[in-house]
Order: sequence, then C-alpha cells, then structure tokens
Amino acid sequence: MSTMTLTTEGDRYVLVTRRFEAPPELVYRAHTEPELMQQWMLGPEGWTMPVCIVEAKPGGRLRCEWTNGTEGFYLTGEYVELDPPRRTVHIERMHLPDPTPDNHVETRFEADGTGTILRMRMSLPDRATREAMLATGMEEGMAISYDRLESMLQSRAAS
Amino acid sequence: MTIADELYNFSAMEQIDAAFFALSDPTRRAILARLATGEATVTELTAPFELTQPAISKHLKVLEQAGLIARRIDGTRRPCRLQPEGLDTVDQWLAMLRKTLESNYARLDTLLARMQAASPGTPSSTRAKKKRKTT
Repeated sequence: MSTMTLTTEGDRYVLVTRRFEAPPELVYRAHTEPELMQQWMLGPEGWTMPVCIVEAKPGGRLRCEWTNGTEGFYLTGEYVELDPPRRTVHIERMHLPDPTPDNHVETRFEADGTGTILRMRMSLPDRATREAMLATGMEEGMAISYDRLESMLQSRAAS
Repeated sequence: MTIADELYNFSAMEQIDAAFFALSDPTRRAILARLATGEATVTELTAPFELTQPAISKHLKVLEQAGLIARRIDGTRRPCRLQPEGLDTVDQWLAMLRKTLESNYARLDTLLARMQAASPGTPSSTRAKKKRKTT
C-alpha cells in the first residue's frame, strides 16, 4: 500500500499526497464519476453513499449523501475549474445539518511512471467546524465523549 | 503505515489521552469551571472544596501537564488560568481526516485495479516498458 502524507500549510490549509498505481485518466475518473465515487468515498466501515450527484463542469453542482443506517449527513458543492485529467477545483460544505464554512479543494493528478501522484490542498476548518465534524460520529466514541465533556465544561462555566 | 505515521498518531493520541484523564475527575472539572471565570491562586481554589491545599495542588499539576491550564509567577503568588488551546481540536481533526482518507484510498486502490483490468486500452504493463525509469 502506498504511503499518504498529510501536512498543514500554516493554519489555513491541509496538504495531502498519495500515489496510485493507475494512470491519471483513471484516478481522475474515480474522482468525478458518481458511480465510481460511491464505491470508495465512504470513510469508516459501515457507511455508504446512496446519493451522489456530480455535474462535472465549471459552475456544476456536487451533492453526496452518506448514511450508516441510523444517522446521515450530506455535502453540497460547486465545481470551479475542471482540467481532465490533470486538475479539479471545487468548493464544498458539510451539512451536519447546519452548513460548515466553505472548503476550497484543489486536486491535482500528476503522471508518475505507470501511476499517478494525487496532490490535494484543502481548507483547514475553523475550530467550531472541527468540533461539529468530530461530533458527527465519524470518529466514533472518543471524539463524541470529548466534545460532550467540553460542552459540559462550557455550560458549567456559564452557570 | 510508516513509522512517521505511527509516531504522529501516537503523539496526537497521547495528548488527547492526557486531556481525557485530566477531565475525568469531577474536582478537576470544577477547578476548570472556576478558572473559566478568571485567574485564581491555589489558596483561592482550595476554599470551595473540602480538600487540602496539597490535594488541590496535585490536581492542578495534572491539569497543567495536560495543557489545560497555565501558571504565571506574580511575586509570591502563582495564579492559574485556563489555557483553552489545550482543548484544541486540530490534531484530533487531522487524525480523523487521516483515518478517513486512508480507508478511502485503500478502497480506491482496489477500484483502480479493477478498472485497469477492465480497460485493456491503457495497459499499465506496456506503459511501464516504455516509460520505465533507469533509477
């Protein structure tokens, strides 16, 4: 399995790099064709993406809905630039159900021998957004109880 | 998973564990709630509790080590204050993102292998022969 690197750029961006053993054309398709995205953009075990709508053109819409059978959340977005099979730029937000601030995502697909190096640059969400995302249960158990402890502390401090 | 990944996850987990442990005690949570209203010395913090000053000092040490409070020197006083960044969620959020992307990309590896097997138009083997690096 290829190694992923995940680093921060200042306190505003996250950079992700990962190599895939397939040409950029295929990696690009897997990122922009809904029936392919539904097979891998799923997060932890047990989650599925029953709805995936992609209008892969500048100004086109993006909508993904995830569920684990009892809970769910969704993402909406708009494409800004598409340069197949090299680059996509889009804006997205999670609905938890309140929308998180816009996340600007640039994804680059660079040929590397027989494979592709994926480079993704995305916004690092602000603290309130991070807490909201951590509380969705995507990182089950600990994150939720941590969040509860913190809100309990805040309510105690306020009383 | 590389050693660097392991170390990263370990240090993030260690920090979260320390904060969790510190928050697990009702006296320590009450101390934090008191400090949320402003700075206080050990003496001032001891007053509302049926505990000795050394016992309170011990709790403060745990909170300080977890990065939840900080102390400054003011003459002979050493007032404590909340350090809200100790509760920050950057590392936790990045750890969640890393975990999510790693599961996703492992699935994408499998999907890409299937796609390549199904589309002999772009066989990776012939590309490999033509473009193989001499390193």
